Amino acid sequence: MLTLTCPYCGIRAEETELHPGGEAHLTRVGPQGTDEEFEGYLFARKNAKGVHFERWRHAYGCGKWFLAARCTATLQVFGTYKAQNAHPPAEIVEAIRQARPDWNPDWTTE
Amino acid sequence: MSDAPRSGRYSVFAIARQALRQHSGWQRAWASPAPRDRYQVVIVGAGGHGLATAYYLGKNFGITDVAIIEKGWLGGGNTGRNTTIIRSNYLQDPSAAIYDKALKLYEGLSQELNYNVMFSPRGLIMLAQTEHEVRGYKRTVYANNLQGVSTEWVDAQRLKELVPIINIDGPRYPVLGGLYQARGGTARHDAVAWGYARACSDMGMHIIQNCEVTGVETEGGQVRAVNTSKGRIGCDKLAMVVAGHSSQLAEMAGFRLPIESVALQALVSEPIKPCMDVVVMANTVHGYLSQSDKGEMVIGGGTDGFNNFTQRGSWQHVEETVRALVETFPMISRLKMLRQWGGIVDMTGDRSPILSTTPVGGIFVNCGWGTGGFKAIPGSGWAMAELVAKGSPGPLAADFGLNRFREGRFIDESVAAGVAH
Ligand SMILES: Cc1cc2nc3c(=O)[nH]c(=O)nc-3n(C[C@H](O)[C@H](O)[C@H](O)COP(=O)(O)OP(=O)(O)OC[C@H]3O[C@@H](n4cnc5c(N)ncnc54)[C@H](O)[C@@H]3O)c2cc1C
Ligand SMILES: [Zn+2]
Repeated sequence: MLTLTCPYCGIRAEETELHPGGEAHLTRVGPQGTDEEFEGYLFARKNAKGVHFERWRHAYGCGKWFLAARCTATLQVFGTYKAQNAHPPAEIVEAIRQARPDWNPDWTTE
Repeated sequence: MSDAPRSGRYSVFAIARQALRQHSGWQRAWASPAPRDRYQVVIVGAGGHGLATAYYLGKNFGITDVAIIEKGWLGGGNTGRNTTIIRSNYLQDPSAAIYDKALKLYEGLSQELNYNVMFSPRGLIMLAQTEHEVRGYKRTVYANNLQGVSTEWVDAQRLKELVPIINIDGPRYPVLGGLYQARGGTARHDAVAWGYARACSDMGMHIIQNCEVTGVETEGGQVRAVNTSKGRIGCDKLAMVVAGHSSQLAEMAGFRLPIESVALQALVSEPIKPCMDVVVMANTVHGYLSQSDKGEMVIGGGTDGFNNFTQRGSWQHVEETVRALVETFPMISRLKMLRQWGGIVDMTGDRSPILSTTPVGGIFVNCGWGTGGFKAIPGSGWAMAELVAKGSPGPLAADFGLNRFREGRFIDESVAAGVAH
């Protein structure tokens, strides 16, 4: 059973206490978006086999949305972080690199 | 072992002949050749859908220069892991058309393939346990009757006659009636894959197992070859039919799909005497039940809510499913469970499949069957063969293209497919 630590209340919550919310860090397309951009935003998922960032809600706890970094091929959890992060924070990236030296972030931070 | 002798016809005479020879003369059902360096059509994935695609390419279009490439063993993906429910009582017209085509082909499949797929049209009931479901299923019955798919609404009393072990007065979710499709039922999942494999091999197609596709080679927007663990294999056309790994194959060719991969699991009990001769699905409480020919109760439930490629599901769902079914089938409460397993299913947003051309010329996808594609295998293969052979979809596949997501033309089956099946 999947166990994730809620970064807000610090509780180690198991799956039945949580509600999954799909791929994290999707950028919402504005009114000027093209059909392609909207299609990408709404439907085209990475569906990574390996390192994956995901939204979760501590549904039967504090009720807040948070983000988790985990591996979909092994169910290993690399860490959780607050939903206000536009990208996974440095310590999460570090934790992933420890476990998956070949993995590289596919985003750029300005 | 390569171009092994053809398997010969199976018949009662063949059994008698072999019985006299101590069964020493049976041939392998399919050959295991080394791959050639190019084929007209390469199909990735030797599940039911990939094999059926190959079969109808040969049968309906005379295309037999075909290789089916499988990273594991044929039928070892979801095709060999499902609970084998077959039905065609979907709501939308395009779904009814392709699922009913599949059901009609299933009805004659053992004769067609000369291979007993143990199709058992024992009837299927979807229970209505809330007022919403009563309305929803009555609507489906009306839709089905307009589509020429015979289904009927049955009340609770009739349902109790069809399924004597059911408790229709459950305290939480009493059974109010059900959607009944008498033509629905089950078939032997492995046999469907094996039967198609044998027929494909007999047509001279190559089934290449233990061969993983690791890359797709394109040139000027056109497919050229696949790279595999057994080397480069050239092709004019490429069909990706890999269920839970569709996103990975698409990524190799440089495009994305509206697919997410999640675990769906099933379990079987110890064998017991015959007690239920229909398939029953209870979508509100998320569980379904049938009895196998061996006597095991075959039980399935819902998918996990998060992406997963591990082919095992959460215990939480086993508990949830069994708990839900015990209320409606009290007699199963003391059954011991024998085995539990999972498969990785390919989910789309509208719970309908994708049979489509792709941004790369010569590449076609067949995926998104999610929790319910076993029942569709013959119809899907039929439609996919036409798409691959002609390069554009025929009537059965036309509505299932990728463009429906951009255009907002969904084929919403979230009600008909309310539970995994
Ligand atoms: C527990 C469970 C219960 C189900 N119950 C039902 C049911 O009752 N009724 C129903 O209609 N449907 C049911 N389904 C759904 C059904 O099993 C699937 O929709 C169907 O089997 C999909 O068939 P397929 O041929 O597309 O995929 P698969 O059978 O999964 O075949 C895909 C193949 O592609 C191969 N592959 C993947 N990647 C590569 C690669 N890189 N290179 C080479 N090969 C590759 C895989 O090894 C696999 O063998 C159930 C599914 C599960 C998991
Ligand atoms: Zn919390």
